[in-house]
Amino acid sequence: MKFTTLLTSAAVALGLATGAMAEDKTKVGFVYVGPVGDGGWTYEHDKGRQAVEKHFGDKVETVFVESVPEGPDAERVMTQMALEGADLIFTTSFGYMDPTINVAKKFPNVKFEHATGYKTAPNVSAYSARFYEGRAVQGHIAGKMTKSNIIGYIGSYPIPEVIRGINSAYIHAKKVNPDVEFKIVWAYTWFDPAKEADAATVLIEQGADVILQHTDSTAPQAAAQEAGNVVTFGQASDMSEYAPFPRVSSIIDNWAPYYIARTQAVMDGSWETVSTWDGIKEGMVEIGEISDAVPADVKEEALALKAAMAAGEYHPFTGPLKKQDGSDWLADGETADDGTLAGMNFYVEGLDGEIPQ
Amino acid sequence: MDLGEINPVLLVASLMVAATPLLLAAIGELVVEKAGVLNLGVEGMMIVGAISGFAISVETGSPWLGFIASAIGGAVLSLLFVLLTQVALANQVASGLALTLFGLGFSALLGQSYVGIKPPSMGDIHIPVIGDIPVIGPILFQHDPILYVGIALTAAVWATLKYTRVGLILRAVGENHDAAHALGYKVIKIRIMAILFGGACAGLGGAYISLIRVPQWTEGMTAGVGWIALALVVFASWKPWRALLGAYLFGGITVLQLNLQAAGVAIPVEYLAMSPYIITILVLVILSADKSSAPAALGRTFHASH
Repeated sequence: MKFTTLLTSAAVALGLATGAMAEDKTKVGFVYVGPVGDGGWTYEHDKGRQAVEKHFGDKVETVFVESVPEGPDAERVMTQMALEGADLIFTTSFGYMDPTINVAKKFPNVKFEHATGYKTAPNVSAYSARFYEGRAVQGHIAGKMTKSNIIGYIGSYPIPEVIRGINSAYIHAKKVNPDVEFKIVWAYTWFDPAKEADAATVLIEQGADVILQHTDSTAPQAAAQEAGNVVTFGQASDMSEYAPFPRVSSIIDNWAPYYIARTQAVMDGSWETVSTWDGIKEGMVEIGEISDAVPADVKEEALALKAAMAAGEYHPFTGPLKKQDGSDWLADGETADDGTLAGMNFYVEGLDGEIPQ
Repeated sequence: MDLGEINPVLLVASLMVAATPLLLAAIGELVVEKAGVLNLGVEGMMIVGAISGFAISVETGSPWLGFIASAIGGAVLSLLFVLLTQVALANQVASGLALTLFGLGFSALLGQSYVGIKPPSMGDIHIPVIGDIPVIGPILFQHDPILYVGIALTAAVWATLKYTRVGLILRAVGENHDAAHALGYKVIKIRIMAILFGGACAGLGGAYISLIRVPQWTEGMTAGVGWIALALVVFASWKPWRALLGAYLFGGITVLQLNLQAAGVAIPVEYLAMSPYIITILVLVILSADKSSAPAALGRTFHASH
């Protein structure tokens, strides 16, 4: 017992010491769902964290915990961060939504920011990017590039963010190629390279020659490269190591400006609960370089589509659109409202299969 | 739904690929546990094997050297476990967990400059004549060599445990280390050899993921296979052929359910996603109705006090 007492008091003393040292520093915590070296989703969040450190220098201290499972374990990690004196905590995966809200209740003075969810509280903001704008560009290129007219899509979990991406990609692929068919596989993981590669291989074996992924690692890129003639897109990060082929373009999440602005707000005491949902226009979603493997005219169209969205002239969900069951959703020229998009739980007309509920 | 889109030949071929890392790790752990040692560090040894194999094959351009390096890498990491549990007589469960945590972190450190690199390809063996038999050829005789190593290893471990003196001694050590010691067998030495063998096998399994199944290096890329291998050993009642069956079932159903999803079969995806776990457990539990039990000295520390 004596030894444990000793350990505890040492830990407390250490905690007090660091607490005293870090008094005038703003401490920012990050909770990641995958490893920082996944080359995709978490990698970009960590780039945002590094940007915060670079921007504020000595005035800020950042901490992060990687590969945190979504669920009770996430609550433990967040609680630990809050106890260690974090002023602001970014929780960067959809499945952290309820844990974030729960932990935030216990620490009213700590600010929380949850990525890709929809719940907020007096000290919890929600932020996300309009990835579906990037998916529109991908869908366009995919529809033009496919020869087999089968596009494989690796989904992670059937949540609104992923479903929006599938719908957006499908609408724009269909627009340029009426014969296109989507094959969707749910991996039920954000990060499992072996499984992601298996999923890509299965889709390729079943005839897909374009693979879109909504999982975090570069494994599907490797599987496509192995197959030889399959087109892919970087997801969440540029994944340029697989350019110019199979990766012909990408969606890049740029979190740095947001992270810097929110850290600044905490420093200034001006932090308020917000729901941020920025897209190509604000620079939170970027389109990675479209490689030369894409014909010049297709590239031009894709860039024009991107420009139209950046200028706010075009919304990827513009009617006439029907839901999968054939019922009307958007009338001609009508655009989808953010509320519907945020909770999207249906496929648009033409997609096969059911969304797992 | 269009089941016709699933090519059964490709399906069986890719299920064998999906099962091999699991099989290699499970066979290694099986030997370790038969010797009475519980090493929970399989995941850590696999991931270290994955990066050592990847790094060496990229540097030398030879996948064979890579696989050898992965076995060495896994064995070297298991040496740490040897030091902790066999020399310092530390708790095996805690040491194994520490090994996994250490392996995951250490491999991430080693692998920093290997992200996004394509490893040299091993290529499949194409055995003439029998490899050309329709259906059976592509399923059985057109794989990468390591896949056959996995099967051969299973056979070798089974035969060694069952028919040889070495196997008998190993089992004796795992069942009752005091008795084995009294008979003059070097309990610690035998266990160390078993742990190193387990480490080498886990390393091979890891490298199979990074060099053949994916092929690339990503941090944490084993993503829990090591834990499944551990569970598999228990459900397979410490029997090599059952471990093989379990690994093929698990790998097979994993691939099959992805195929069914892609083909649009009207089974709810949640059931498909959980099916590998459920079916593997069910089959192996039914098989183990013969009440074969764990090695009696499993997880117990041996100290020669007399």
